Amino acid sequence: MLSPEELSALYLSAKVALFATLTSLPLAIAMGWYLARYEFRLKFLVEALLQLPMVLPPVVLGYLLLVLFGNQGWIGKYLNTLGIQLAFNWKGAVLASMIVAFPLMVHPIRLSFQLMNRQLNQIAGSLGAAPWKVFWSINLPLAIPGILIGSILCFSRSLGEFGATITFVGNIPDETRTIPIAIYSFLQQPDGENMAMRLVALSLVLAFSALIANYFILQKYQRKLGA
Amino acid sequence: MLKCDFQYRHADFSLNVELEMQQPLLGIVGASGSGKSTLLKNIVGLLKPQQGYIQFNQRILLDTKQNIHVPMHQRKIALIFQNALLFPHLNVQQNLRYAEKLVAKPERKFQFEEVLELLELRPLIQRKANQLSGGEAQRVSIGRALLSSPNLLLLDEPLTGLDSKLKQQILPFFKRMKDELDLPMIYVTHHPEELEYLGANILQLNQGQMT
Repeated sequence: MLSPEELSALYLSAKVALFATLTSLPLAIAMGWYLARYEFRLKFLVEALLQLPMVLPPVVLGYLLLVLFGNQGWIGKYLNTLGIQLAFNWKGAVLASMIVAFPLMVHPIRLSFQLMNRQLNQIAGSLGAAPWKVFWSINLPLAIPGILIGSILCFSRSLGEFGATITFVGNIPDETRTIPIAIYSFLQQPDGENMAMRLVALSLVLAFSALIANYFILQKYQRKLGA
Repeated sequence: MLKCDFQYRHADFSLNVELEMQQPLLGIVGASGSGKSTLLKNIVGLLKPQQGYIQFNQRILLDTKQNIHVPMHQRKIALIFQNALLFPHLNVQQNLRYAEKLVAKPERKFQFEEVLELLELRPLIQRKANQLSGGEAQRVSIGRALLSSPNLLLLDEPLTGLDSKLKQQILPFFKRMKDELDLPMIYVTHHPEELEYLGANILQLNQGQMT
């Protein structure tokens, strides 16, 4: 089965991806709602900023994270006084994953809010439901397919995150050496190719399962909502 | 009961309303584009007139002079659209209960069972929202509106989109509501014969002007 090194990489990857997904979720729901339902003058700027991590070279992103959140960084030095360290720490890997995967997560959530019939909100309002109540009882449940798909995409993208992570938090066994970074390390060793192959296969299985899960969620909800 | 005197403008359309409703059922007819839906949306609170006031049973819902604008969810005015707009993630029973639960028990005007009876909804209660015909869905949406215990019910062409056979099936329910419930209604349509059947007083709306 899996060697201790492989297990550690798998565990770390899963931990980082899970925390990145759970932490991003409320932000992505808020952002998706905001972009779907509100028009404002600087919207184009927010959209561009949101997409930026998708087109920026990951190493640039990792470097920017170091500048901002490194131990001597603009924000990092204040976090440091609170005892929070992000650089060269698994929590930093969570932050890197969150930023890289955020646009992928927001997009399906935003779409499900956008495609929702707005008259449902009007109806619920005229029945006497306050706006926050309408959001929790109507909009959020109807966005569940988008929320699940966004979460799966975020989780899978986090599992595969490499460039920004290795730049920001390095390659520390049992701390920041996730599956992709472990593959990279094995490939640097003269006899590591076999070990790398096993993790490559594992990555393929994980990514493929996520996409299949996505497919079934879509199917299920389309049936359920009769769309 | 309902007293309105307001002006609503949007782009080059302007709606001028001065009306006082005393009877339990008021019908409003007008061609499409005459401002019928706009009128109802202003009363329910979806749109905000630039000028004027709306008052229901001594309660001021809107007064631009005093800067009063009661939000839609506090007006206790229910609105029925052309399409039923049931909440698609809830079944019929849950759709009805959704509205009922928004009202504190002592303030409920209609009992759940009573509404099921009136609109003959009992056989539909376990169905999903997407397993209903157009006419059934519209009946559920009327039931949902009643269970929200409104003081006034606005119907915005509730039969448009249904074929004439279905219309004949639903119209009697409106008649029953008018005769059996203590609930004022404004019924908007471009088919005056529906209003004649219901015995409503009729107002005309032409290009945003009441006649």
